[in-house]
Amino acid sequence: MALPSHISSTLAHPSSTRTPVYALVGNPNCGKTTLFNALTGLKQKVGNYPGVTVEKKIGTAYSQHGQPITVIDLPGAYSLAARSPDEAVTRDVLLGRRADTAQPDRILCIIDATNLERNLYLVHQILDLGRPVILVVNMMDLAAAAGLTVRISRLEQALGIPVIACEAVNGKGLIELKVAMSRPDLPLARHAWDVPAAIAPAVTELQASLVSHDCKAPFIARAEALLLLTDHDSVRVAGSTPLHARTAEILHTWQKRWEDEGTDWAGALVNSRYDAIGRIAAEVILQTGETGPTPSDKIDAVVTHSVWGWAVLGAVMTLLFISIFTLAEPPMNWIDDQTAILATWVKHAMPDGDLRDLVTTGVIGGVGGVIKFLPQILILFFFIGLLESTGYMARAAFIMDRLMNRVGLNGKSFIPLLSSHACAIPGIMATRTIEDPKDRLVTILVAPLMSCSARLPVYLLMIAALVPGDRVPLATKVGIMIFMYALGTLGAFGFAWLFKRTLLKGAPPLMIMELPPYRLPRVKDVALNMLERGALFLRRAGTLILGISIILWFLSAYPKAPDGTTDQQQLAQSFAGRAGHLLEPAIKPLGFDWQIGIGLISSFAAREVFVSTMGVVFNAEATDDTAPLRQAMLAAKWPDGRPLFTPLVCFTLMIFYVFAMQCISTIAIVKRETNSWKWPLFQTAYMTGTAWILSFIVYQAGTALGF
Amino acid sequence: MAAPIKLSELAVGASAVIREFPKADPASIRLREMGLLVGTRVTLVRTAPLGDPLEIKLRGYHLSLRKSDADYVLVEPAE
Repeated sequence: MALPSHISSTLAHPSSTRTPVYALVGNPNCGKTTLFNALTGLKQKVGNYPGVTVEKKIGTAYSQHGQPITVIDLPGAYSLAARSPDEAVTRDVLLGRRADTAQPDRILCIIDATNLERNLYLVHQILDLGRPVILVVNMMDLAAAAGLTVRISRLEQALGIPVIACEAVNGKGLIELKVAMSRPDLPLARHAWDVPAAIAPAVTELQASLVSHDCKAPFIARAEALLLLTDHDSVRVAGSTPLHARTAEILHTWQKRWEDEGTDWAGALVNSRYDAIGRIAAEVILQTGETGPTPSDKIDAVVTHSVWGWAVLGAVMTLLFISIFTLAEPPMNWIDDQTAILATWVKHAMPDGDLRDLVTTGVIGGVGGVIKFLPQILILFFFIGLLESTGYMARAAFIMDRLMNRVGLNGKSFIPLLSSHACAIPGIMATRTIEDPKDRLVTILVAPLMSCSARLPVYLLMIAALVPGDRVPLATKVGIMIFMYALGTLGAFGFAWLFKRTLLKGAPPLMIMELPPYRLPRVKDVALNMLERGALFLRRAGTLILGISIILWFLSAYPKAPDGTTDQQQLAQSFAGRAGHLLEPAIKPLGFDWQIGIGLISSFAAREVFVSTMGVVFNAEATDDTAPLRQAMLAAKWPDGRPLFTPLVCFTLMIFYVFAMQCISTIAIVKRETNSWKWPLFQTAYMTGTAWILSFIVYQAGTALGF
Repeated sequence: MAAPIKLSELAVGASAVIREFPKADPASIRLREMGLLVGTRVTLVRTAPLGDPLEIKLRGYHLSLRKSDADYVLVEPAE
C-alpha cells in the first residue's frame, strides 16, 4: 500500500495513554452496521443521544496487537446538510457541536463500491473537516459482479488518505482495516476543491467568526461554514450547541443578499462538489462489462408490479401479522404461567402481610406484565430487521406512499401503524424508521387507535353479552368485530389527517428515498438488532411500567377491608372502587355505572384486565369460559332495577374501548420515545375525550331511538 | 434542443438529461445532493402501483421521489 507521506497528522495523533476514538460514518445501505458489528462484535453499548430519539452506538474494536479502539457508529447520512434528526446527530458529533459526545479523533468512512459517486459526496464533505480519515470501499464483490472495477490505488492517490477495499459481510479487508486504524499517524487528505467564486467571501467571513466567536479550530470552522451555507433551513435537534449570534447574523446577511440577487448558492456548492467527485470517479471507476437487468431489477418487476406488488405486500404483511399473534402467544402464556408459579412460591415462603401482597401481586405481577411484551417486540423487530436488510422495507414504503400521503403521512408510517394492530408498544418503537420528526410524532399519536390484541378479549366479552344466546348468526358477531377494527383504523387516519393540518403543520416531508438493491439478510446483524431493541425496551420503558403497575395494584388493594370480606367487597371499598363511584357522574351519560367505572380504571394496567375485573366485580368465577361472567353481567342491574348491560351499553362500551387511551405501557413508551410528558398526556386526553364524546353520542342517540 | 419537460411527465422506461432546477427548496437541494445535477442522465424506471411516487435510475442506483418534487426537475428526453 503506497501512501503519500507529504502531510501527516500531528493534531490527531492519539496519545498512547488514551484509547483513540473513531467515528464510523457512511450512507444508509452501504454496509455500515455490518462493518460495525464485524469490528466490535458483541462489545457494543446502545443508548440514546440525550434529548433526541436517535440511537447512540459505541463499541470497542481491538487492533492486531490487542489495543482497544473506541468506535462510535454514527447514524447513516447522505449529507451533512441534515434533513432528519439522524443526519443532524451525525453532523453535530463530527462538528463537535454536541456536549454529550466528544469530537472523534479520527473518522472511518465507509462507501458502497457499486454506487461510488453518490457515496463520495458525503466523503467530500467529511474531508473538509481536516481530520484524519480512513476510507473503506465496501461491496467490492458486488461492484465486480456489476462489471465495475474500482481502482483503489488511484483513489488513494487522488484523496491522499488510506483506502481499504473490503467485503464486510465475509470479513475480507478487515485485517488491513485494523492495521490502518492502529497506525499512530495518518496522513491528512490532499483535499482541494474550488468553492464557487460568489460564495468564497462568505465562507471566509463565516470561518473567521466561527473561530473567534464559536471557538472552533480553523479547519472545522471552514467545514462548518461550508455546511451552514448548504444547510438551508436545516434540521436542528436538542443537544446541539447553537451558533453564536454574530455568526448567525453573518449567515443571514449573506443568505438575504443572495436571495435578492437570485443566486442559487446551495445548488452552486453541491455542483462544485460533484465536479470534483466527477474528476475523481473518472480516474477510479472502470466500466469493464456491460450488464443487462440485475437480479434486483428482476425481483422489482414483480414486487413493485401494479398487481403482483399488492399480492406480495399482502402476503408479507399477513405473515408478519400472523407471526406476531401466533408465535408470540406460547411464550406469553409461558411468562404468565411462570409469574403465577413464582407468585405462589413466594406466597408460601413469606409470612402473611402487606409486604407479601406487594411482592406477589404488585412486583411479580408488574414484572410479568412488562416481560410479557418482549415476545411481540422481539418478533416484530426480527421481521423489521429482515425487511430492512433485504431492501423490502423501502419497497413497502414505495407502494404505500400514495395512500399514506392522502392523510399527510408518508409510506414509512405504514408498518408501524400495521404493527400496532398487534400491540401499540412495538408499533411505536418501530416509528424510529420514520426520519421526519413531525411524521413520526403523528404516527406515534395515532398508533394506539389501531385496535390492538388487548382489546380483543373486551370486544369478545361485550359481543357475548350484547348478543343474547347463540341464536344470532356468527356473521353478526364477526361483523361487529370487523366494524370495531375498521372504526379504529378510520379514527387513526382521520386524526393523522387532522394533526397534519393543524397541530403539526409544516412543510410536507421529503419522500426522497433510495431503493437499495435486494440483498440476502445477515441473520447475525438482524438478531443483534432485535436483542438491542428488547434490551432498550426493558431498560427504558420497563422500569416506568413497573412503577405504575405497583401504584395501580396499591389503588385496588388499599385500604384493606376487614378480614373475612370477599374479593368483591374488597375491590368495592378500595381506592379504585371509590374512584369508580367518583367517576360515575362522568360516565352515567354513556350508560355506565360505577362498577363499569372500576373496569375502566383497572384497564389502565392493560385493557384485557377489564375482563378479570368484571369477574371480581360481579363475583363470577374466573375461568376461560365467559358464560358464567356473561350470566352475572346480564343479571346486573341499576339501583332502580333497570338492566345494566343492555345491548346498547355493550355497544357503547366497545366504542369507548376503540378510542380511549387506557394503557399505561403505551403512555410509558410514548413518554420515552418523545422525551416529554407533554405528548403522552395530550394523547391520553384527545383519545379519551374522543371516546367519551362518541360514546355519549351513540348512547344518547341509541336511547332516543328506543334501543 | 427540444424544450425541456418535467421529470414527472417523462414516459416510463424513457431516459432524459437533467436541464434545470427551477426551485431551490430543500427538496431540490437534497435531490442535487443525491446526484441529480444539470447534465445527469436519468431513466424513469416505473411509477408505484398507485401512480405516485416515481422510481428513477441514475448514477447506477435507484431513487424514489414524489411527482410533486419531480415537477420541479426539468429534463430533456434523450433518444
